[in-house]
Amino acid sequence: MSLHQVSEIASGYEQLPKPRATFDNRFGERKKIYEVLEDRDTTIVLQDDPLESTMVLNMGPQHPATHGVLRVVLKLDGETVLSAVPELGYLHRAMEKLAENKTYHEFMPYTDRLDYMSPYSNNTALCLAVEKLGDIKVPPRAVYIRTIMCELARISSHLLWLGTMVMDTGAVSMFLWTFEEREHIYNMFDMLTGARFTISHCRVGGVASDFSSEMVNYMTGWLKEFKKRIPEWRMMLDRNRIFIERMEGIGVISKADALDLGLTGPNLRASGVAMDVRKDEPYLAYPELNFKVPIFENGDCYARYLVRMEEMEESVKLLEQALKKLPKGDVRTDNAKVSYPWKSEIYHSMEALIHDFMMTHEGIQMPKGEIYHAIEAPKGELGFYLQSDGSGYPWRLKIRSPSFCNLQALPHLVEGGMIADVVVSIGSLDPVMGEADK
Amino acid sequence: MSISFDEFSAHFSNEIREKTTFRGETTFLINPLEIERVCIFLKSKLGFTYLTDICGADRFTPEDRFEVVYNLFNPESKFRLRLKVWVNEENPVVQTVTSVWQSANWYERETYDMYGVIFKGHPDLRRMYMTEDFEYFPLRKEYPLVGVAGSIPLPEIDPKANNREAAERYNRGETV
Repeated sequence: MSLHQVSEIASGYEQLPKPRATFDNRFGERKKIYEVLEDRDTTIVLQDDPLESTMVLNMGPQHPATHGVLRVVLKLDGETVLSAVPELGYLHRAMEKLAENKTYHEFMPYTDRLDYMSPYSNNTALCLAVEKLGDIKVPPRAVYIRTIMCELARISSHLLWLGTMVMDTGAVSMFLWTFEEREHIYNMFDMLTGARFTISHCRVGGVASDFSSEMVNYMTGWLKEFKKRIPEWRMMLDRNRIFIERMEGIGVISKADALDLGLTGPNLRASGVAMDVRKDEPYLAYPELNFKVPIFENGDCYARYLVRMEEMEESVKLLEQALKKLPKGDVRTDNAKVSYPWKSEIYHSMEALIHDFMMTHEGIQMPKGEIYHAIEAPKGELGFYLQSDGSGYPWRLKIRSPSFCNLQALPHLVEGGMIADVVVSIGSLDPVMGEADK
Repeated sequence: MSISFDEFSAHFSNEIREKTTFRGETTFLINPLEIERVCIFLKSKLGFTYLTDICGADRFTPEDRFEVVYNLFNPESKFRLRLKVWVNEENPVVQTVTSVWQSANWYERETYDMYGVIFKGHPDLRRMYMTEDFEYFPLRKEYPLVGVAGSIPLPEIDPKANNREAAERYNRGETV
């Protein structure tokens, strides 16, 4: 196929700058790049190394949340890591490009697929950003529903982290126990939204559906049981000799380095920095609820474990308070210009049908401007930077994803350590590649 | 939760082109080659020790086509600030801020990967997501949503080979 034929296939291709390599010599160029890459990864380096002890190793996917898409190239001297280079890009799905070509509502299901361990937080983050841009007020009941579901998402995410973390250090049964609890959380999502995993429940101006009494009963019952589980697990792990030997003093990062390298979320708080968006810039119902942010000073894997365990305990407290305070009322703004009308309304009202159609087709008309809004997702600060040109589509939507920021500190954590600790260090950062690669 | 920018504005009166406020968020437009100096001042004097994000945007104008957006955060006073620089399409060069915040390294690489903005003095300006030989910048507005056919070629195989293994051997430079 020649270059000419290609340009006929892709419309818009002619406007792009002409590539440096022609179609014919590109294969040659590509082969050269591959040779360099293979060389870098597999050749034993002989400089200043008479015993040939330095080797380069590709660290494969070992953490269930990095399945197949995180590659860490390690340079080893025996079992000591000399340098580490994380490589991303295998899962790149062009989320931000898609966002520019979708209305704000249309993009919402895509955010489920970012951090797929806690889809509700991502939905909420996008909706809050759009509401800030459009200055839209949300009814208090919807605010509380979002808060409760976000905290459930946090517990669910930390549970997965706990199970896989303990599995990384060599124990498997914990993984099964945490998944049992996650199953209950998914049941609750199922009762509220009709979907277990990718739920897309938030709407601009509120949420899609209200709590059922069945769901609230299920949640109160589950909370009672779950409250007993956490101390049981902590009794087993907190002073476990093997667990502490694997975790303590591994992957240490100081307070100043953590700030400088852009760590975020529980990883940053384990290094002694008191940064939590829930306290710093209160959103949703957090200013009305009483909770504390766990801070630890050590900055090692064990501190990151303790932070997440205490966060789960705090989340339970938050859930109990929020359920008690849950206000009555509507769950979506009654303004057809900014929010979808109810389905039942559409069946008998022409106006509602028109609004529903316009909202689906044109999107919500947003004012011209730019904003940044962040929430505290389970992994850290999840922010959306929106540029609006006054239409129903975002001109630019940038996802500031916590996993991406956390992974950047990985070389700092593992360099100088042992190769067996690399597994634990990656696990302790809790990366989700759907978010890091976007 | 507010910081007085009088001193800052007076100190950098030549570098600041514009100041805008929208929904309580302040944005400064800075000259692209002075951004490092401005950032050093903001970090050391005004306490913006945490760099939240760097991202690019395509304004799709004949002049000053691309912009680079810096979201900063002050952990002490919990204040957010945004800086912006505009660069030309022909010569999209911005001074790097990796010497100010180490975390700028990956954010700048991502911006380069998506928009082709070159960060002067960056220690490791490689592609972040796309392959090394991908020659386009996918978040530019003229890049088609469906992609460009043939922009990432499949590995070539030997047309004469009669089985898959032999065909792949050709790909490694061996003759059948």
